[in-house]
Amino acid sequence: MRPSPAGDRAWAAGVAVLGGSILVVAGLILLELGGESVLAWRRLGLLRFLVGTDWDPVQDKFGALPFVYGTLVTSAVAILAAVPVSVGLALFLSEMGPKQLRRPVAFAIEVLAAIPSVIFGLWGLFVMVPWLRSTVEPALQRTLGFLPLFRGPTIGLGYLAAGLILAIMILPTIASVTIEVLKTVPLPLKEGALALGATRWEAIRMTVLPYARPGIVGAALLGLGRALGETMAVTMVIGNSPDIHASLFAPGYSLPAVIANEFAEATGDLHVSALAALGLVLFGITVLLNAFAQLLLKTVSRGFQRRPG
Amino acid sequence: MSSLKWRKFVNAFWTAMSGAGVVLAILPLASLLWLVVAQGAAGLSWSFFTSLPAPVGEPGGGVGNGIAGTLLLVAIASVIALPVGIGAGVFLAEQGNGRAGAAVRFVTEVLSGVPSIVIGIVAYGLVVDRMKRFSALAGGLALAFIMVPTLARSTEEFVRLVPGALREASLALGVPKWKTSLLVILRTAAGGIITAVLLAVARAAGETAPLLFTSLNNQYWNLRPDQPTASLTVQIFNYAISPYEDWHAKAWTAALVLLLLVGLLNLLARVLSRNRMEVAR
Repeated sequence: MRPSPAGDRAWAAGVAVLGGSILVVAGLILLELGGESVLAWRRLGLLRFLVGTDWDPVQDKFGALPFVYGTLVTSAVAILAAVPVSVGLALFLSEMGPKQLRRPVAFAIEVLAAIPSVIFGLWGLFVMVPWLRSTVEPALQRTLGFLPLFRGPTIGLGYLAAGLILAIMILPTIASVTIEVLKTVPLPLKEGALALGATRWEAIRMTVLPYARPGIVGAALLGLGRALGETMAVTMVIGNSPDIHASLFAPGYSLPAVIANEFAEATGDLHVSALAALGLVLFGITVLLNAFAQLLLKTVSRGFQRRPG
Repeated sequence: MSSLKWRKFVNAFWTAMSGAGVVLAILPLASLLWLVVAQGAAGLSWSFFTSLPAPVGEPGGGVGNGIAGTLLLVAIASVIALPVGIGAGVFLAEQGNGRAGAAVRFVTEVLSGVPSIVIGIVAYGLVVDRMKRFSALAGGLALAFIMVPTLARSTEEFVRLVPGALREASLALGVPKWKTSLLVILRTAAGGIITAVLLAVARAAGETAPLLFTSLNNQYWNLRPDQPTASLTVQIFNYAISPYEDWHAKAWTAALVLLLLVGLLNLLARVLSRNRMEVAR
């Protein structure tokens, strides 16, 4: 074989360098986050930092639990609200709905996915929060007020508002991945069920859903990853108070929100470092979640031909 | 076994529930779009696009410097991200079948899920901390980090869509591999890649979180990369969380401007990709 000309080798090498630069970017992210947060880990200690409940930068007190708690609670609300709606939407678009409606609905979901998060925050702050305060939260209090989740003053700004705005924002992610997953279900499975006399819903429940379940879990995890890291909309509606409350109506705080609010005006090296440490925690959680979701989705799509259309 | 009527009822019930999912998803979208247009349109005027922000209580004023700043940030980000993202995509498509390719692909997927606020911290450490100054460069770098993974993924997809016969025909004519990649493959995939670039730019233009402590903000015009700069998104955020009524109105109008910008980029991408598909057919 003729040795490849210099031009080819240069091209291959150049392209490989650019491909490798992705790994460099990942390395840089890890190094920078580690480097910036090392002071916090050393001075505060991993455990004390993560389970501490007192956050008072002026007195050098840095306990991250209120932010971890707020992030988890709002993301849980978001997932609980978004998964049923997204799966319903995905089933409507790929299985149940009339064909003429599918294109406009799919377009609307694309539009929803393209809206910048600061605009969601603006809408949340001036439209959704007043509505929660005046209508939804009092109604929840009247009907479900026996649960500690739905007690206390109804301010509007708080965990519930943040969770619901997150639900709207992660809906397109979950729905579009679920639609892709539903496409991998082998057609003969469903056709078999229909031929045996199953109604459309029975065919979906007995063949499509069991087959697609791991993929739908993967889609939900991708949505969860987005919810954990979403910053602007949450910052604008969560109330920004570094406390832990059982009630969903109470104002709280989240990991990305505290970084957004305090980083630019951090009062000292330890404060900056503590915020970077929160970023590293967030990075670790989202990377693990995403990696797991990718693996789940790969196992679903591997080995099966995609259904045409 | 339940009766046929019951089964048909259950079928209708779940069909309705999936329809309810559609309604629940569309309602907030409709409300948001309507309010941004209805609340924002009132403040729209030529000077809103061209003038500096006015102090509280003073009439007039606009987001001209924010629009300019967003364009500057997106330009800096594109200069960094386009070669890297597209190059990495070509790598994945041409040499990505081995173990190295799998690793790069996996890291790309994972990077696209990293929260943008975390990317902001990284850009702060890389640029702001070293230059001891907030700057458009830092903001642009953060946006570039956000653009690279999506660009790489979609470039790979579009390069792989190019029929193998095209490459073989070119190689058979004695064209070197590198010229084939550059002049045949990339040229054929160009429409798709431009679509991907437009979508990535639209996403970057709408980012706020990574700019808060990199490019910060600026009350005045700035086009220098080493200076802090205003951006449309940070202005919306600051106006929205302020206690002043007239700043809230400005937040809505600025949101309308941002929505128009992002919508225009998305529309352009859609039109381009539709044309390309018609050609392919």
